Amino acid sequence: MANPEILSDGVWAALERSMTSRTTSRNVSRRKFLRFCSAMTAALALPLSYTTQVVEALEQTRRPALVWLEFQDCAGNSEAALRASHPGFAEIVLDLLSWNYHETVMAPSGKAAEKSLADTLKDEKGKYIAIVEGSIPMANNGIYCTIGGRTALDLAKEVCSNAYATIAIGTCATFGGLPAAEGGITGAVGVGDAIPGLRLLNLSGCPANGANLAATIVHWLTFKELPATDSLKRPLFAHGDRIHDLCPRRPHYDAGQFVRAWGDEGHRLGWCLYQMGCKGPNANYNCPQVQFNDATGWPIGVGHGCVGCASPKFWDTMTPFYRALPSVPGFGAESTADAFGTGAVAVVAGLTAAHAVGSIIRNQGAKSNGQPKAKKTIEPNQTPARPTEE
Amino acid sequence: MTRIAIDPITRIEGHLRIEVEVQGGVVTDAWSSGTMFRGIELILRNRDPRDAWLFAQRICGVCTTVHALASVRAVENALKITIPENARLIRDLMAGTQLVQDHVIHFYHLHALDWVDVTLALKADPEKTSTLAQSISAWPKSSRTYFKGVQDKLKTFVDSGQLGIFANGYWGHPAYKLPPEANLLAVAHYLEALDFQREFIRIHAVLGGKNPHPQSYLVGGMATALNPNHTATINAEKLGLITKLLKQGADFVSQVYVPDVLAIASFYKDWAAQGTGLGNYMAYGDYASDNQGKPETYFFPRGLILGRDLTKVQDVDHQQIAEYVTHSWYNYGAGDATGLHPWNGETKPNYTGPQPPFELLGDGAKYSWLKAPRYQDNAVEVGPLARVLIAYAKDKPGVKPVVDGILKQLGVDATALFSTLGRVGARAIETQLMINELPKWLGQLEENMGRGDLKIHENSLWEPSSWPKEAQGWGSVEAPRGSLAHWVHIKDGKIENYQAVVPSTWNAGPRDAKGQRGAYEQALIGTPVANPEQPVEILRTIHSFDPCLACAVHVVDPKGREYANIRVV
Ligand code: SF4
Repeated sequence: MANPEILSDGVWAALERSMTSRTTSRNVSRRKFLRFCSAMTAALALPLSYTTQVVEALEQTRRPALVWLEFQDCAGNSEAALRASHPGFAEIVLDLLSWNYHETVMAPSGKAAEKSLADTLKDEKGKYIAIVEGSIPMANNGIYCTIGGRTALDLAKEVCSNAYATIAIGTCATFGGLPAAEGGITGAVGVGDAIPGLRLLNLSGCPANGANLAATIVHWLTFKELPATDSLKRPLFAHGDRIHDLCPRRPHYDAGQFVRAWGDEGHRLGWCLYQMGCKGPNANYNCPQVQFNDATGWPIGVGHGCVGCASPKFWDTMTPFYRALPSVPGFGAESTADAFGTGAVAVVAGLTAAHAVGSIIRNQGAKSNGQPKAKKTIEPNQTPARPTEE
Repeated sequence: MTRIAIDPITRIEGHLRIEVEVQGGVVTDAWSSGTMFRGIELILRNRDPRDAWLFAQRICGVCTTVHALASVRAVENALKITIPENARLIRDLMAGTQLVQDHVIHFYHLHALDWVDVTLALKADPEKTSTLAQSISAWPKSSRTYFKGVQDKLKTFVDSGQLGIFANGYWGHPAYKLPPEANLLAVAHYLEALDFQREFIRIHAVLGGKNPHPQSYLVGGMATALNPNHTATINAEKLGLITKLLKQGADFVSQVYVPDVLAIASFYKDWAAQGTGLGNYMAYGDYASDNQGKPETYFFPRGLILGRDLTKVQDVDHQQIAEYVTHSWYNYGAGDATGLHPWNGETKPNYTGPQPPFELLGDGAKYSWLKAPRYQDNAVEVGPLARVLIAYAKDKPGVKPVVDGILKQLGVDATALFSTLGRVGARAIETQLMINELPKWLGQLEENMGRGDLKIHENSLWEPSSWPKEAQGWGSVEAPRGSLAHWVHIKDGKIENYQAVVPSTWNAGPRDAKGQRGAYEQALIGTPVANPEQPVEILRTIHSFDPCLACAVHVVDPKGREYANIRVV
């Protein structure tokens, strides 16, 4: 993936030349703006030639409307949106979109806030994007989450079914998340399960990376459609690759160099966290490339394993978090990472290419259907198709 | 008499509903309701206690980190684990960074619009705004050109007719008192603070891999490996980045945030007599300078003040806490008039409110998903004001001169602290104290690493086989919004019972068995309401507490699922 920060000045100059006839009403320097458009093109895994299209889309005059609903949430995705950097929250909210309803940041409360929502539904019907954060409680007539005296489901049905599209953000909104974990009593589900048939994008993660939200918004502004998705409706640009395959600690995995105790020598040398419970082999997410907080770090980068936070039911299927994934299919049930010393590198490489690792600890279906727990793959097995490059 | 409901209360975390009775333009009674419930403690049952912090951290994404910290402390307290000094320093750096960043976001993005009329900024003279800015601070972005640029940007935005998050604000309300120039200054810094919060919290990405919800805690220490000479660990370069970010943070706090609070406060001195509230203040205290966590060494001292009596600060014993459900949507086995300590906490959800959609919750005996915690049966307020008052009354070195200086500058006496404005000021004061302290903790970490002390985790009690059959513990944190604690009961290596009593439960909770109001409810009594359609005055007092409702609603009960009446519709 192209890193815009290291593009040569020649490329920038060429981009700027193609844009010289335009002026921008936005108060960012042209160079900064182009850099941002180029970053987005790269984040979306599009060829650089798309930059022009991105630039044009972002310069349209009337800003498309967006409403952001919060239900059984922790506001972590709202906070993650505040941390977005290319573009930043201020640019998204003030320059790119008309951010009409978002309880965590909007000025009006109560009736005045309800008016902001009602106006959007009336004036922008079928055109606005609805973002939903938090799960929707279906038990007991919805009394586990009410806003302005209305249930989460009631509000979501009205707002999402009148939207151009809905983006569920964070693993609670995509798949039910924490309130839906074993032990929960509120009947919490994700948006797709609460309201079937929506045009829906699942921007999963706990919380979803603000960078992926920014990229999704730019994609929508540019192409007027949602990005290509995997079988879980998650965008491929963010979930097309397995963490384990792009992890900088991977050479240590292949070499059988594992952290065995927190703070041991291996830990201090950046070795593989598989033995400490890392779920990277079972997780498709772009954390290794994009990282968090303006590419400052990511969990495996600081020395803690991945917990698979963008996967359905991860609170049940990926726990206990510190237990090593028990086995890797294809090596026999008793095979563990210990077996993959230097001698096994070639075999592991072949296995990885097939994306065949799918072991889990708890079966996601066991709770609801009462069936005995069985192994089940929770990530898409096949290598997903790339977005087409016309 | 008019009864009004404000729901949703925005610019907070979570789902808060306030109903008030207004008579003669003044609030005469108030009811605070949490209207969302997730049941996280039920979900924690039977889990590995070492996993609990990841679950508990999701109690709140705004107060991210603090629940993770309370959780690992509770488990460590139960298992009698002492963490290494490096782990304590990294935890304190993360919690302190969170406090600073969260307070800045609160002031600019959650609270300022109650005091600042954005539309009036268009009428400001950029030249005069520049003079005003330069008279209160040395912050370099203060030229006429800079403020003209901000004003032009705002004008383009307003002229577009698409006001987004600012649409339907209470603009033009008579309660807004700032001159246009101060409004423009505040709008400029609202935008600057958006950049600041994003940049400053990168410290969490260095030490915790990400924010929100950093992922480097461990029962027994931290997963943040230390090695000054390796690229994959905390090394000299990363310590350098943190140093740089702390320096930027210190500049922003002392040259933007604190001067802005003082400038805005000077136009709203009447709010030093509003929102006075309960007059009881509590803090567990936090930031020990020894690894045993001894309260005597706390940077934020522990204490209890009753009846605004600053001459007496009592000690706090967590065993004296009890939670009531008399007015909450739960039942207790021994009757709803009893109070239960969190270790014995039980919850049988029992929603008795009106079926949605509804207009008013009304005077029903029960009206909230929050319980009502009490200390020795006293309703108490927690948060920055409680902490600053306790430090002030205990004459903690370095606190009194700062507080007295600010009071003098505003020309008010110490009673002004017991107010809506006092909460805003206390938040700024403790932000300044914290940003001054953080580099010292970083320096200690650097020094330890320099000496070759790279220990980050206490391994001896990591394996459940090394644990006692049964253990109980609690862990407390002074979170940005106040005193937070988690209680855990571990049995056979698993969580038997888990309970959190959080700052916003103390502050936003409903009445108790004696009918004593919670902190929000009491603080609203006497609040003027010029126009019930635009209740900006109510928002001022509620926002002065910095509500966080996702945190506040919780449930724990070993048999919870038996009581729940699940009906999927
Ligand atoms: S197991 Fe985890 S740490 Fe090791 S290579 Fe895979 S993703 Fe990276």
